[in-house]
Amino acid sequence: MRKTLVLLGLVCCAALLPARSDKPKPGPDYGLFEKKLPKDRQLLQALDRLTFGPRPGDVAAVTKMGLKQWIELQLHPDQIPENPELDRRLAPLQTLLLSQAEIADQYSRAPALAAAIGVKGAAEKKAPQVLISQLTQAKLYRAIYSNRQLQEELVDFWFNHFNVDVSKGADRMLVTTYERDAIRPHVLGKFRDLLEATANSPAMMFYLDNWQSVTPPPVRPNAKNPKQAARGVNENYARELMELHTLGVDGGYTQQDIIEVARCFTGWSIDKPNQGGPFVFNERTHDRGEKSVLGVTIPAGGGKEDGEKVLDILAAHPSTARFISKELAQRFVADDPPPALIERMAATFHDTEGDITAVLSTMFNSQEFLSQGAYRSKIKTPFEMIVSAVRATGAKVESVSPLENQLSNLGEPLYRKLEPTGYSITNDEWVNSTALLARMNFALQLGQNKVQGVQVEPAKFPPVPAAAARQLLFTNATSQTLGAINKSLEAQKKKNPKEPPSRGLIAGLVIGSPDFQRR
Amino acid sequence: MTSRRVFLKNSALAMFGIGSAPAWLSRAAYAESSSGRRKKILVAIFQRGAMDGLNVVVPHGEAAYYTLRPNLAIPRPDGTINSAIDLDGYFGLHPALQPLKPIYDSGQLAIVHAVGSPDPTRSHFDAQDYMESGTPGRKNTSDGWMNRALTPASKKVSPVRAVSLGTDLARTLRGHNEAVAISNVDQFQIKDPRGADTFEHMYAGTMDQVLNGTGRETFDAVKLMKSVEKQAYKPAGGAQYPAGKLGQSLLQIARLIRGNVGLEVAFTDLGGWDHHVNEVGATSTQGQLANLLTQFGQALAAFYTDLGDRMADVNVVTMSEFGRTAKENGTRGTDHGHANVMFAFGGGIKGGKIYGDWPGLEREQLYEERDLNLTTDFRDVLGELVVRHLGNSQISHVFPGYDQPKYRGLIAT
Repeated sequence: MRKTLVLLGLVCCAALLPARSDKPKPGPDYGLFEKKLPKDRQLLQALDRLTFGPRPGDVAAVTKMGLKQWIELQLHPDQIPENPELDRRLAPLQTLLLSQAEIADQYSRAPALAAAIGVKGAAEKKAPQVLISQLTQAKLYRAIYSNRQLQEELVDFWFNHFNVDVSKGADRMLVTTYERDAIRPHVLGKFRDLLEATANSPAMMFYLDNWQSVTPPPVRPNAKNPKQAARGVNENYARELMELHTLGVDGGYTQQDIIEVARCFTGWSIDKPNQGGPFVFNERTHDRGEKSVLGVTIPAGGGKEDGEKVLDILAAHPSTARFISKELAQRFVADDPPPALIERMAATFHDTEGDITAVLSTMFNSQEFLSQGAYRSKIKTPFEMIVSAVRATGAKVESVSPLENQLSNLGEPLYRKLEPTGYSITNDEWVNSTALLARMNFALQLGQNKVQGVQVEPAKFPPVPAAAARQLLFTNATSQTLGAINKSLEAQKKKNPKEPPSRGLIAGLVIGSPDFQRR
Repeated sequence: MTSRRVFLKNSALAMFGIGSAPAWLSRAAYAESSSGRRKKILVAIFQRGAMDGLNVVVPHGEAAYYTLRPNLAIPRPDGTINSAIDLDGYFGLHPALQPLKPIYDSGQLAIVHAVGSPDPTRSHFDAQDYMESGTPGRKNTSDGWMNRALTPASKKVSPVRAVSLGTDLARTLRGHNEAVAISNVDQFQIKDPRGADTFEHMYAGTMDQVLNGTGRETFDAVKLMKSVEKQAYKPAGGAQYPAGKLGQSLLQIARLIRGNVGLEVAFTDLGGWDHHVNEVGATSTQGQLANLLTQFGQALAAFYTDLGDRMADVNVVTMSEFGRTAKENGTRGTDHGHANVMFAFGGGIKGGKIYGDWPGLEREQLYEERDLNLTTDFRDVLGELVVRHLGNSQISHVFPGYDQPKYRGLIAT
């Protein structure tokens, strides 16, 4: 073991020395989280974290209002008038307003197939791709245009925390109402309510297979056909509920707890699952025996309240307070947030019975949030990169489909994360060669107004790299970034002395620079 | 969820400054080892979601298998298309894996059963993490075994010696040695020529250590890849890669191997093996597992055919984070279990054989009375390939804390 470390160290140092001997050693340095940022950087830090990136004019607006007041306002989105530009773009996306019953009525997973095998009325049904397309469009439009930026950040965060995947069967008909009715109303509310809303959603019950989980019928000793006794408990939801939704994988539960929780949730199901039906509790298939969850006895004879008791236990568990606080801090502060901050957030979580607004308030008002340790420590996710670029350029977006394709190229197709973990909220997942090239290619296209449906006016960018960078980064670019752009412009000038520098190209180079990949 | 450090890349190439690397090395030189022989290549395939090994390599000689799985069991071999394909009178392949049978018969495909990670976790995330880091039970290992399997960088090292297929760099390839993610050779470039050099200078110069390392690696690889891009790729031997991620990834890997760019290790994955419901349809060749296995078998067989004689330098190994319950669950599926099955094929593999001790499926033989027990540690299999195929003898560096591996003899010594 020791030998291994020495070996690694040697390889690493040998290459490190010539280039950057002045750099501090990598690794967690929580000391930097105690060092305050200067005022202008505090502002940019807050904008970079509470929004999908500043738009032209945002810095001035927040300065005018005062940082504290602005954060407070973002925590209360109902007090923020919505952007009419957003309303205009959302208006045609009518499926966003449909009830689950209407969706079930108008859409079918495979209308052509259903019609072919003679299902009544199938031919008139529409394909659910429309639902997914409108959902994706709305997500992009809201991130780009909404004035309630923190709310949209949180919808993204909580959806990802309680991830479901539209590629899985009936979920393509269930995710519209899942995001709208289970996630969105609770993103700043009580965690217990959010948890319950997801547990009561057909989208989650389908995604994690709980809709089929039933108590096994009593086995008849000499049953002729053993296949009849096949239905029974499915552990999938019970496990992810504890590992990913509440306690965290090291939160202190056992395989036996998973089995007991799964028994508590037998009967939590869906009516007509393949036709987009609503959540239903089936008394008949519920295990009415006694259960013991994390040391708490749930007496025999219960119904739906068994599962609700489990949600109570999990939502109030100290592991949950810590796990949720850490995830929030990783998303909003730094990949490796100081443990002291997590503890304070967890204490707020505990004291307020899981009030998400209060936990966020503790975080946003902490010294760690506006510290040097947090500043520019996050690499933008593909979604954040693309949306922040569109916002920074002040682009007018009339069609978001090209952006959807870019998101797939960059590795984050929306609503299509197969695994229940959701997309990574830390840097390591997003830094790699193929995605980096995709970011640079997108940047060059966007700066030069070559992304269809997204109108950028290159004439609005200054022809001087330093000024262009300031306009797009809302701070000065690093000397290395400027140096590389200047060098390239000089080379162009030698080739073509009469041609003025391309403003769009300069903007593209700034957007593709290392500086713009961080927030 | 564990948080992992992003690696600061310090490739040996970086020290020579940008632009200088490929000039003093021809492509052919990259593909050769110092002794002038062609480099050995290891390709690893991860089946994410926990494949049901018991329905993939079926213990049809085991009565308990049929009692535990009244709805899910693959029928005993009887020559019909829905029954298991017999291998040795006791085990059989899932019928959708017919394309692999000729490779097994030719003696190049070895199977290891009851193999996996000794760690008891049934969490996908943790178990994948352990299998990719190569350190079961240890969450603070920041690099992956496949990265460590690369021998320390010398001057003669290709920027595409380690490739992860897809839009992210797999956990197992993260670490100090250079490794790049590539989804498609043809797309691996800056499309606007005016931007290419500028970005290269920008990323080479940035003080942002994370982006600097990845940026350098990227542009080194881009240059080398240009030579491969020029040639339109036509799979050899009439090989037909199936649609879907795995087939297309293996096609890209074959292209890199035949392009002689100096590939040493490649990683790709295929998700969707978490079959809690409807694992098996009305017949064994229908349902979710059969669909995935069809893709899996066709992709592996196409790769084998395409590479032809080049397979002599190549080993392919497959793995999945854990197995599934021996008993079927209540929803025509299986829940999270323990031991699983691995495949290995290629040059030097003593195939046509099933390795590992079979623990049996009777209740008292099961792990925690529910899952297939483990008799081979996955590091015994991977370690043997690293040492005997790749020729890297530093096994305690590749699998720290596992210094007494018990090789199964998959490779002739």
